Amino acid sequence: MVVSAPGSESDRACVGLFVTCLADLFRPSVAWASVTLLERAGFRVEVPKGQTCCGQPAYNSGDLRTARRVARGFLDAFEPFEYVVAPSGSCAGMLRLHLGRLFASEPEEAARAERLAGRTHELTSFLVDVAGWTEISATFPHRVTYHDSCSSLREMAVRDQPRTLLARVDGLELVELPDRDACCGFGGTFCVKYPDISTKMVSDKTASIAGTGADTVLAGDLGCLLNIAGRLAREGRPIACRHVAEVLAGAADTDPVVPV
Amino acid sequence: MFDGREIAQFPEASARALGDENLQAALRLLGEGFQARRTDAVERFSEFEDARDAAVDAKRRTLRQLHHHLEAFEARCQEQGGVVHWAETPADARQIVLELLTSRGVRVLSKGKTMVAEEIGLNGFLEEHGIEVVETDLGEYIIQLAEEVPSHIIAPAIHKTMPQVVELFRQHHDKLKAAPFPRRTPADLVAEARTVLRRRYLEADAGLTGANFLVADTGSSVIVTNEGNGDLTQTLPRLHIVLATIEKVVPTLADGAAILRVLARSATGQDMSAYTTISTGPRRSTDIDGPSEYHVVLLDNGRSSLLGTPAEEVLRCIRCGACMNHCPVYGAVGGHAYGWVYPGPIGAALTPALLGVEAARHLPNASSLCGRCEEVCPMRIPLPKIFRYWRAKEHEARLNTVRARLALALWGWLAAHPRLYRLGTGAAMWILSRLAGRSRRYRNLILANGWTRSRDFPAPAGRTFLNSWNRRP
Repeated sequence: MVVSAPGSESDRACVGLFVTCLADLFRPSVAWASVTLLERAGFRVEVPKGQTCCGQPAYNSGDLRTARRVARGFLDAFEPFEYVVAPSGSCAGMLRLHLGRLFASEPEEAARAERLAGRTHELTSFLVDVAGWTEISATFPHRVTYHDSCSSLREMAVRDQPRTLLARVDGLELVELPDRDACCGFGGTFCVKYPDISTKMVSDKTASIAGTGADTVLAGDLGCLLNIAGRLAREGRPIACRHVAEVLAGAADTDPVVPV
Repeated sequence: MFDGREIAQFPEASARALGDENLQAALRLLGEGFQARRTDAVERFSEFEDARDAAVDAKRRTLRQLHHHLEAFEARCQEQGGVVHWAETPADARQIVLELLTSRGVRVLSKGKTMVAEEIGLNGFLEEHGIEVVETDLGEYIIQLAEEVPSHIIAPAIHKTMPQVVELFRQHHDKLKAAPFPRRTPADLVAEARTVLRRRYLEADAGLTGANFLVADTGSSVIVTNEGNGDLTQTLPRLHIVLATIEKVVPTLADGAAILRVLARSATGQDMSAYTTISTGPRRSTDIDGPSEYHVVLLDNGRSSLLGTPAEEVLRCIRCGACMNHCPVYGAVGGHAYGWVYPGPIGAALTPALLGVEAARHLPNASSLCGRCEEVCPMRIPLPKIFRYWRAKEHEARLNTVRARLALALWGWLAAHPRLYRLGTGAAMWILSRLAGRSRRYRNLILANGWTRSRDFPAPAGRTFLNSWNRRP
């Protein structure tokens, strides 16, 4: 489905922006950049006040009661919106694929969740696949590489969309990672539950990032980015980490995730 | 032998594995070996996705009426002159095998590769009862010499480097003790093992193999090998014992063929294994060779309890090993760190069913849920979904730490109260941002030392987005 973006404010389709907890708490610039991109694509953007988290940390930890409690709040906050967009494949994946399962024992809530799931999108795929909008006007004169998050890749089929958009950025040269479908070792609580294994995984990733000769690594998920940035900084590698939305919105004048 | 107790040592064992240079060198070959070969095989075979669907369908149909297909298998097998034995537990299976061997005076048992024998701890048990066991699969033979257990379900000695294998042969092969061992290539090592093993096949009074699948409507067992060792194991001795688990049955040979189309491609990247052998009953009067007795031992060991649960889908597994070949956790620590028979993703999904959620506790948790296993699984087993299922069982049984439970409950409570959440997180982020100073990072955070031991912790920006947005003019 491609929606046209009519001119006047009230005619515009409305997007409920799910900021995601990591962008909200750690890197608000990602949320601002998402607002900018969605508005440029012709949407009216609202940020529902009641939002906090999608419940994924509890869901993946097996605490389904807590996950349902949090997810119910999410449903209440986003139910009125025609579209729900998140600058994260992981959160969008949770909403699209897992929310219905989470409420398997409550048919009414499950139905609500399934309806919402169908309207939930990852940011870059929403812009490209749903809005059919690729008119990026941004300059980023850097050699960059792109890290695909596992949820973007495998749950949301997001692979080409960010690349399509990045191809429109002036001055940007994209060099692909050799192991681009390999996990960076973040995995939510995995990275603190099994830190040795996670460290090995992220070190393999930072080594291949460094091997591309890029000065910046981009990704569509902050979890991966915080992990990769933290490891790059510890290794003393002068490579900057940014969310793809910041570059696409021309908002890459802030410091990277960890200053290089 | 695996007794399940070592699973509790997973964090320590994985730390050791990460520091083991030989192991790390061996594991590096997973990527350019198994992964690249599978990718090539799938690209060469344009119908791969359809073949996957057909194989999945065959197993789904089987599992819907598993008891029916098992009874049909038993009836057909016995019509062909075979004998089927039912074993509920590993102890039952060991006893059945032991009695078959001792009642026939068997002293030497040759053995093809079977993970089920590892699952029931067969080798050690038989040796305690005075029966010599000779592993005939090259990888199994190597680890038997090293007195180790398999670290991979299709490449049991994958953790060994070439020089380590050369050293083992030098220690154990009499003729190499005197003269230096000049052979160094893999082909030379295979030739050396073959020379030693050929003699042993003829000495064996019985042969034991696993089964890649069992065919209900013909009563046959089917094995695939690349070395031909399975054929010698099952046709030369007078007694052939097949040790298999109940979910290995498929209704027809056509269903088995559907599995064969995806098995080797997913496992080793071959279109087909070198040998695919169908055994139906003992030797007939018109056969030129074969055993005079054919027995099938069918083990349950908790599998039937999975039927009808969300974890039932693990029973589709055809043991190709693709999940572990592509798993970043397996690739980092290898199979031994898992501490039990089936390592990697399939082990993490299956082991809680076999040993209990508590005993297997680390396994379903030690995954970043990256989903690569599910992506390559020819049987489309939703492995991450099954890990989550076991994690929920663990949480229900209160087996996770008090700290983790408390943290989740507190966070959940806060997240369900948006205004308090904004207030609390706003204050916390402000403090975290201020304390980080100009470096904008933490080198050490007491509550997140798992993170900061190897990574800097990026400082938050300061004011949260929601607080800024709500205060817009």
